[in-house]
Amino acid sequence: MGKLKTDANIDDADGFMAELLALHDGRSKAESDAINARLILILANHIGDRAVLSEALRTAGMARDD
Amino acid sequence: MTAIFETPLYPYARSPDQDALDPVRHPVVVVGAGPVGLAAAIDLAQQGVPVVVLDDNDKVSFGSRAICFSKRTLDILDRLGCGDAAAGKGVQWDTGKVFFGDRRVFEFNLLPEEGHKRPAFLNLQQYHLETYLVDRVRALAAEGRPIEIRGRNHVSALGVYEDFVRLEVDTPEGPYNLDAQWLIACDGANSSIRRMTGQDFIGRAFEDSFLIADVAMEADFPSERWFWFDPPFNRGRSALLHKQPDGIFRIDLQLGRGIDPEEEVKPERVTARLRQMLGARTRFALDWVSIYTFQCRRMDRFVNGRVIFAGDAAHQVSPFGARGANSGFQDVDNLCWKLKLVLDGAAPPALIESYNWERVFAADENILNSTRSTEFITPKSETSRAFRDAVLHLAERRKFARRLVNSGRLSTPSVYEDGPLNGPDDDALPLRNAPGAPACDAPTGDGWLLDRLGGGFRLLAIGTEVPERLEEDGIEVVTLALRADADPRLAKRYLGGAAQAVYLIRPDQHVAARWTGYDEDAVRAALRVATGQGG
Ligand SMILES: Cc1cc2nc3c(=O)[nH]c(=O)nc-3n(C[C@H](O)[C@H](O)[C@H](O)COP(=O)(O)OP(=O)(O)OC[C@H]3O[C@@H](n4cnc5c(N)ncnc54)[C@H](O)[C@@H]3O)c2cc1C
Repeated sequence: MGKLKTDANIDDADGFMAELLALHDGRSKAESDAINARLILILANHIGDRAVLSEALRTAGMARDD
Repeated sequence: MTAIFETPLYPYARSPDQDALDPVRHPVVVVGAGPVGLAAAIDLAQQGVPVVVLDDNDKVSFGSRAICFSKRTLDILDRLGCGDAAAGKGVQWDTGKVFFGDRRVFEFNLLPEEGHKRPAFLNLQQYHLETYLVDRVRALAAEGRPIEIRGRNHVSALGVYEDFVRLEVDTPEGPYNLDAQWLIACDGANSSIRRMTGQDFIGRAFEDSFLIADVAMEADFPSERWFWFDPPFNRGRSALLHKQPDGIFRIDLQLGRGIDPEEEVKPERVTARLRQMLGARTRFALDWVSIYTFQCRRMDRFVNGRVIFAGDAAHQVSPFGARGANSGFQDVDNLCWKLKLVLDGAAPPALIESYNWERVFAADENILNSTRSTEFITPKSETSRAFRDAVLHLAERRKFARRLVNSGRLSTPSVYEDGPLNGPDDDALPLRNAPGAPACDAPTGDGWLLDRLGGGFRLLAIGTEVPERLEEDGIEVVTLALRADADPRLAKRYLGGAAQAVYLIRPDQHVAARWTGYDEDAVRAALRVATGQGG
């Protein structure tokens, strides 16, 4: 594999999940979709590295993760 | 405005060729007197190559069609002797503004650098430009140059042979035959020459329809390109506003899919739409209205034996990015000097093959860019729309997102990276003028660089001594020697950190090779490569 980190890298994993879900609390599907799209763009820009981004896109697009 | 569409610009006149017993053979016949065919003819005639242009019409193109002409096109028009006419009439601009809903999201400058003769873009109706090109054809003919346009000469059949092409031409006085050593097909998107030679034209069709209106109004919109995503007056769709000369504005409104074009183009319908956009108080009159859809596609090969395709006949793009006519000018800019050398026997026919390589490469770049713009402007799924809107939402405050906004990547010339005619590079010199790139304009202390380069092979020597001229197998290279301190902008663009530089520049003003010192053998070798005699 390439440069994409797939080992645990987030401190306070449970806290992060809770915060991510809280962001969507009480939102409509359209609002949530818009938030998710912005979130992806913001994170992608932070990563910047095209090779990592391509790998992440491929990984996310796999029907079964194997 | 209507008069210009009704007056024959090159009325039919009988040619002696129509009374010849055997078909008269011409070195080059151009089919199509659109902007691309006219430019080809002027370029050839300026180099002394006899050329006949055939067009089935006798007037300028109907409606304004292309309006945005790029700096590279203006540079080419300068070389063709039409630059001042175009620049004198057109509206110059380099700022674009992007709106999302009712908010202005950001603005961009396309030429954030001074020290160029021509602006990033010039807005000018295609019919005006065609008129200037025809004027230039007439001026060349009056000087005794071998150039001629034949109006109402419709090419109806083609015989393709090993070393010539026979044309059947219909005229108001009946058909005649004509032979061409080389045929340049500039007969537009529906090219009949393409069909007659059995070539495919494959690519993607887009489903959205657009309404295009040229509107005469007294309004104080600045000379800028304004692009709206999802504006209040065209919800869920896009809009574009552009200023042209003569108090005319171009308005382009996305209509969406499955619309009824006949209904949409009715003046009362169009006026109602424009009212919403321009407000109740703005007075305006419709000048020209049309509905279009578009495709992005190209021919597999632009060179098919003695038949060479250029302009819309060879490739088609969406209008976002103004890459249609602009790339057509670059096609003929690339082709004509090559054809001249091959006709003179100074270069092998292989040189023509480099036209295929370089301009197919450019067409792919144009198609890629215009396809991406189209996908951003007309998202094809709910999710692509969500991402598109997310980009626009972020762009107002977050700089990074502005680079993702794609309201059309406006035409810039291709750099023929790794092209077959490129010679050695020296990477101590600035990247922007590397082999394959069009030489960038700069002040020289005594006129503009591109004007001084003109049209032949040139050795641009900066801060160093080289011979005044050089000849290699009938091809002449003339030196343009400049001082390293002639102008800081010249030094920045051509020297970078180096103390001296030598550039071999092709007749289309693309860089062929460059060095930081003069070596005659190296220049001769690069010249052979640049004229298809390498390897
Ligand atoms: C709405 C719109 C907006 C556009 N905006 C821009 C823009 O801003 N910038 C830009 O660069 N481009 C733009 N374009 C594209 C531009 O108009 C074309 O790329 C350009 O006109 C192509 O020039 P051409 O000479 O290849 O073909 P055309 O202009 O189509 O000329 C072809 C000529 O060939 C003649 N002909 C055809 N068949 C025959 C035959 N069998 N025998 C003899 N003659 C024949 C026709 O009469 C015609 O005169 C726009 C196009 C449209 C429709």
